Amino acid sequence: MSDLSIAQAAPRESAFKRSLFRLLKDPLGCFGLFLVLIILAIALLAPWIIPYDPSAIDVLSRLEPPSMSHLLGTDQLGRDVFSRVLMGSRIALKVAMTTISLALSLGLILGLIAGYGPKWLDKVIILIFDTFRSFPTIMFALALVTIFGPSLNTVILVIILTTFPVYGRIARTQTQGMRHNEFILAEKAMGANMFRVLSVHIFPNIIGPLLIVASMDIPVVITIEAGLSFLGVGVPPPTPSWGSILHNGYSFIRNTPWLVISGGFPLILTTLGFTFLGESLRDIFDPKLQKDI
Amino acid sequence: MSSLLEIKDLRIRFQSKNRLQALLDGDSDPFIDAVCSASLKLNSGETLALVGESGAGKTTLGRAIIGLNQPQEGSIRFQGQELTRLPDRAFKAFRRNIAMMFQDPVGSLSPRLRVRSLITEPFKIHKIQVKDLEAEAERLLNLVGLPPSFATVYAHQLSGGQARRIGVARALALSPKLIIADEPTAGLDVSVQGEILNLMNRLQEETGVSFLIITHNLNVVRHISHRMAIMYLGRFVEYGLTDDIFAQPLHPYTLALLSANPSPDPDQPKSELQLEGEIPSLLKRPTGCEFHPRCPFVRPDCSRITPVTSSPRAGHSLACHYPLLKD
Repeated sequence: MSDLSIAQAAPRESAFKRSLFRLLKDPLGCFGLFLVLIILAIALLAPWIIPYDPSAIDVLSRLEPPSMSHLLGTDQLGRDVFSRVLMGSRIALKVAMTTISLALSLGLILGLIAGYGPKWLDKVIILIFDTFRSFPTIMFALALVTIFGPSLNTVILVIILTTFPVYGRIARTQTQGMRHNEFILAEKAMGANMFRVLSVHIFPNIIGPLLIVASMDIPVVITIEAGLSFLGVGVPPPTPSWGSILHNGYSFIRNTPWLVISGGFPLILTTLGFTFLGESLRDIFDPKLQKDI
Repeated sequence: MSSLLEIKDLRIRFQSKNRLQALLDGDSDPFIDAVCSASLKLNSGETLALVGESGAGKTTLGRAIIGLNQPQEGSIRFQGQELTRLPDRAFKAFRRNIAMMFQDPVGSLSPRLRVRSLITEPFKIHKIQVKDLEAEAERLLNLVGLPPSFATVYAHQLSGGQARRIGVARALALSPKLIIADEPTAGLDVSVQGEILNLMNRLQEETGVSFLIITHNLNVVRHISHRMAIMYLGRFVEYGLTDDIFAQPLHPYTLALLSANPSPDPDQPKSELQLEGEIPSLLKRPTGCEFHPRCPFVRPDCSRITPVTSSPRAGHSLACHYPLLKD
């Protein structure tokens, strides 16, 4: 059967290389990637590039306008806003990364079990998803803050509990669509147990779409954190977060608008960056949108 | 010859509506019989073909043997050991000796695994220590006539015929005693069909494996099987040696199937026998002989009396009141 080898597929370049190439061809995706890389660099290097201690109070020079010594001015306690904005990126990304990864793992595991397991278990897990989805985020946050006290961990817990059902639902639907595929039946016929079917055969096929949803959720999570901090139930002072900078500036918006602007602008840039990147990734990995293969 | 697989009065039912709906409709028996009182014997090293139209219950029966469907009644014996109502863990041991090839050659291969992992999957599932999995993969590829370079390819890069060979290689991995092949030639062009069938014949000669082939392609049956069973609405209407049945079909349905099979010889007179109507719904089985609404030789009592299985000659069974015996 030597003629069979002729028909063999030509070696393809790696999927990663191809995706990167397609991303670089999309201007919005490029812009998103650029913004995300800058924000990541700032967050990583923040402790070494900040000009002042972000929590150092200097009452004599409070509410100063932007100048060469204070690039973005100072707030009502005389703290350097530029340093606080830079350090705030760390909080934003820390919250985003922790919550997204934990919510994704939790949702994924429950979704796989719901989609593959018996019907009654599916119903129980869906009930859990819907219960958590039905809480209004702010009310839920207020309730949890009352119980645990305001802290970064409370914020993370709130966001995990309100976002994991989204991932869970996606994972469940994808798993259900896959469980009757012939390759899953073939695995069962060979005697593979549930754990093997889920981890080796279903998981690699459903993780792609989930990762894209996750990348598009990063800005949402950052804004939730900022929103909670703005309402005073998020990260407690003196930790610098974009939401708390906005919150501080809000009281002085008529006299010192730079406080609100410097708290809001990085939020806008981060949101745009991750959204553009996420949408570009979604288009790249959606096989229906792929034209040039 | 000892019989490897013995199925007796097998009945597989599926729920047709949920319990509440059945209660509301006053339906005391909301089930359909996908397979009904099926009995067969398969000897070691032999090939049995299950033939019938779509929806006749062939696949359901095949899947029941490997435990993907639970039969409600009857028994499946493999090497004398009862398989029905066996707990999962005990069944796993039998899965080493029974392998299944599914209908869709590409769709039955896990899309994210390379061929090497696909065909050595049975070793991992059954935790069988193999010194060199790669050499094992090469041996299996060689067995089905593929070069070793295929080991690093993904399923979607294979053609239908190549994917089918991979399916055969995977089925052979643990040297099973029985391979259930569901439509082994579906979706393949005729030359590749021939290659696959020759491959299966060769493997049977070399390893003595038995095949249970599920198909509606009569040329496949004639080419490869020793015995055949014709199914209609989940029941066996005729069962016997392939050569006998092809030479002289006794059941009108068998005759109709055989005459519907296109002949390569254009000079051969076209058969007069053509079936009319659709295969009836399993929800509304006809009375008496279930084939009577479509039977060209129907007689008045066919719609009233259910035929009992008779045995016109040794190893041949038949469910018809008026078999087509030549006078």
